[in-house]
Amino acid sequence: MANNQGLRTFLGGVHPPTEKGLTKDVPILEAKLPETVVIPMSQHIGAPCTPCVKRGDHVYVGTKVGEANGFVSVPVHSSVSGKVKSIDLHQHPNGDRVQCVIIESDGLDEMDPSIKPNADYKTKSPQELIDLIKEGGLVGIGGATFPTHVKLTVPPDKHVDTVIINGAECEPYLTCDDHLMNARPDLIIKGLEIVMYISGVKKGYIGVEDNKPEAIKKLQEASAHNKDIEVAVLKTKYPQGAEKQMINAITGREVPSGGLPADAGVIVFNVGTASQIATTVVEGIPFYRTLLTCTGNCVKNPATYLVRLGDTFQSIIDQAGGFTSEPKKIISGGPMMGVAQFTTDVPVIKSTSGILCFDEKLAKIDDPTPCIKCGRCCEACPMHLQPYIIATYAFKKRFDKSEEYHAMDCIECGSCAYTCPARRPLLTSIRTAKREITAERRKAK
Amino acid sequence: MDENTRLIVSSSPHVRDTRTTSKIMLDVIIAMIPAAIVAICVFGIQALLVLIYCVASAVLTEYVIEKILKKPVTISDLSAVVTGMLLAFNLPYSAPWWMCVVGGVFAIGVVKQAFGGLGANFMNPALAARAFLLACWPTRMTGTAFIPDGITTATPLGIIKEGLDASMLPSMMDMFLGVNGVFGAIGEISALALLIGGIYLICRKVISWRIPVTYLATVFVLELCFGAGFSGALYQIFAGGLMLGAFFMATDYVSSPNTVLGQFIFAFGCGLITVIIRQFGGYPEGVSYSILLMNVAAPLIQRYTAPRVYGIQKQKKESEA
Repeated sequence: MANNQGLRTFLGGVHPPTEKGLTKDVPILEAKLPETVVIPMSQHIGAPCTPCVKRGDHVYVGTKVGEANGFVSVPVHSSVSGKVKSIDLHQHPNGDRVQCVIIESDGLDEMDPSIKPNADYKTKSPQELIDLIKEGGLVGIGGATFPTHVKLTVPPDKHVDTVIINGAECEPYLTCDDHLMNARPDLIIKGLEIVMYISGVKKGYIGVEDNKPEAIKKLQEASAHNKDIEVAVLKTKYPQGAEKQMINAITGREVPSGGLPADAGVIVFNVGTASQIATTVVEGIPFYRTLLTCTGNCVKNPATYLVRLGDTFQSIIDQAGGFTSEPKKIISGGPMMGVAQFTTDVPVIKSTSGILCFDEKLAKIDDPTPCIKCGRCCEACPMHLQPYIIATYAFKKRFDKSEEYHAMDCIECGSCAYTCPARRPLLTSIRTAKREITAERRKAK
Repeated sequence: MDENTRLIVSSSPHVRDTRTTSKIMLDVIIAMIPAAIVAICVFGIQALLVLIYCVASAVLTEYVIEKILKKPVTISDLSAVVTGMLLAFNLPYSAPWWMCVVGGVFAIGVVKQAFGGLGANFMNPALAARAFLLACWPTRMTGTAFIPDGITTATPLGIIKEGLDASMLPSMMDMFLGVNGVFGAIGEISALALLIGGIYLICRKVISWRIPVTYLATVFVLELCFGAGFSGALYQIFAGGLMLGAFFMATDYVSSPNTVLGQFIFAFGCGLITVIIRQFGGYPEGVSYSILLMNVAAPLIQRYTAPRVYGIQKQKKESEA
C-alpha cells in the first residue's frame, strides 16, 4: 500500500503534533535503584498470577514472585534483590486495586543465581524457547500486554508467513522505542530472528515511521547480514503503529473482523518485546525492567528512563526533576491511548511506555457542542468506521444500531475524538457501546 | 506531588486538534467576504443593509429561541452568522428589511431550531428560507427585483430563458468578474470572488473539492450534451447562483453526505437537477431547488455509501471460498 511518496501507510488517521523533541535527543538515563518495589500480580491480559513467595522471603533480581495461572498467563519476577515486605492490595495503573508483592531492596542488586545464558538458542527446539519466553514473563508491551508465548503458539489451522516488529511509535511525546532502536538495534534484530526461528517464518519486517531516520539507518545496518529482514519505512501518521494498520501498510492484507493477526498470516511484536525476547532467550534474564519516557509540559527534565518494574511513577517524576507547574493530569502511556491516573503512587508495569504530565493548559478539554456531521471522524478512522453515527446511537442507548455500524471493530485509537471540532467524546461513547454489546453477547450465550 | 493536588481523570484521547466548530464557521465567513465586497461595490449600501438585516435577524432568532427553550445559547459558534450571510447572498439587493427578517426567522426558527438546532436541520436553512420567500413574494424575488433601475430588464439567465436578444448578454469576462451589468442575487454576481472564497475553503480543509468540482463539472458536461457549446456551457457555470451553490451551499456539512462516494452522487444530483430546471423548468435558475432536493435525499445517499469497514469484506470472501 505505498502512497505517492513511496512510503507505506494506511487510509485514514490524524497528524497530532508529535512533541517528541522534548526527549528525543536526551540520552537514556538509568533510574536509580528503588528502595521498594510494588509488583502487581496482574501485568498482562489473562488470569492474574498467584504469589509464590511469602512475607520475609529473600529474593534476587529475576526471582519469580508470582506463578502463572493457566495458558494465557505469565509469571512475574522481582526487579530488585531484597526481602518481601508484604503481599497486599495496591493501586494499579489500569485503575483497579490488585494483589501486589511489595519488596524492600537490600541495595545489593544481585541476580538470581539460577539465571543461565543460552548462547546458542538454535540448539533448543521452538517449544523449549516458547517455554523459556513464558517463564521469562514476556508480554506484548506495545499496549495490549498479550502474553508473548500465546502469540508464538500459532494454532495449526493458521498459516503464518510474516513477522512484523513494530517500531512505529506513533504516539506523540513517547520516544522510548526510538531510543531503544538507536541504542540496541542488534538486540531487536536478534529478537526478530528468534521469533522467525520459533515460528518457522521466512520473512521479517521492522516497521518504523519516517520521522526516525537514525533508527531506520541503525536497524538497516544491524540487519544487513540477513536478507530475509527488511526495514519498512512508514509514513508518519497516527495510528501507524496500530497492529491492524501496520499489517495493512506493510503487507497490504487486512485482519478479518473479529480475527487475530495470525488470520492474516502475520504476527506482530513491539520493538521492546523483541529486545526482551532476545534478552530472555540469549541471556536467560526474565522481564524485570523496561524503557519509558517521562515527559509532558510540566516536567522539569523530560527523558527516557530504564526503570525497574514496580518502581513508582512518583519516583521517576522526582528523578526527572519534579514538576515545574502544578500537574493536572498524569497519564500512563501516550496522550492518544494512555490511561489517566488519579495518583502518582502507582507502579511501573511491563507495558508502561510513558509517564506523561500535563498542567492546566493541556489537561483541560472544552465541553462538547452539537455534532455538525462534518465527517472528519469518518475520514480519520483507520478502520473506516463512521464514529459519529456509532456514538450517536450509543448516546440514545441504541446499542443494537451501534453494533450494526461495526462498533466492535473499533480499535480505540482515539483519532475520531482527536479530530472532532465539536469536541465530542466520540471514543468514550463508542467504548460504552462496545461494553454494552459485549455484555449483551455474554447474556445471549 | 502536593497531597491536595486533584488530578483530572478522563478517558483517552487526552489531546485534541485545535480546530473547533466556531473556527470552521469563521473560515466560511472569511471566504464569503470577497463576494460581499463585490456586492457592495455593485449594489451600494443597500446590499450591505440586506446583509446586516439578515445576519442580525438570524442571530437574534437563535438567541431568543434558545433563551425561551432554556437551552445553552450557541450564537458564539457563528453558525447563525453564516446562515444569515448565506440568506442575504440569496436575496435581491432590493429586498425590504421585513423580508430579510422573515427570511432570517424562517431559516433559524423553522428550518434549524425546530428540528433541534445546529447539526439537526434536514436542509440548508438559508436555501429553505430563500424558497419560502420566493413562494411568498414572487415578484420581489424574481426578474427586475435583482436589477438596479432601468439598466437592463433581466438577469443573464433570465435573458437566456426568455429567448431575448443575445446581444444583451454580458461578455464571458464580465460574467466571470461580475461587472458591467451582471446582475443577480447579492452574493452570486462575481464568479471570481466566489471562486477565491471556495479555493480558500478547500485550502483550509473546511470543505473537500469533491462536491463543488463534481457539481460544476456535471453542469458543464450536461450543458454540452444539451448543445450549449463550449462557451455556452462555460457561461452557464459562471451564471446565476451556481458558484455560490457549489462552494457554499451544497457543501453544508449537515445537509450533505460526508462519505466520499456519497458526495460524488450528491453533487452529480445537484448538477443534474440544476441543468434540468435551467433547460426545461419554469424558473431561469435551478441551483437552490436542486440543492434542496438533494438535501432531502442526503440521508439516504449517506446510508448506502458507507465505506467498507477494514476487515469486513475480506472476511465475507473467505467464508464464501
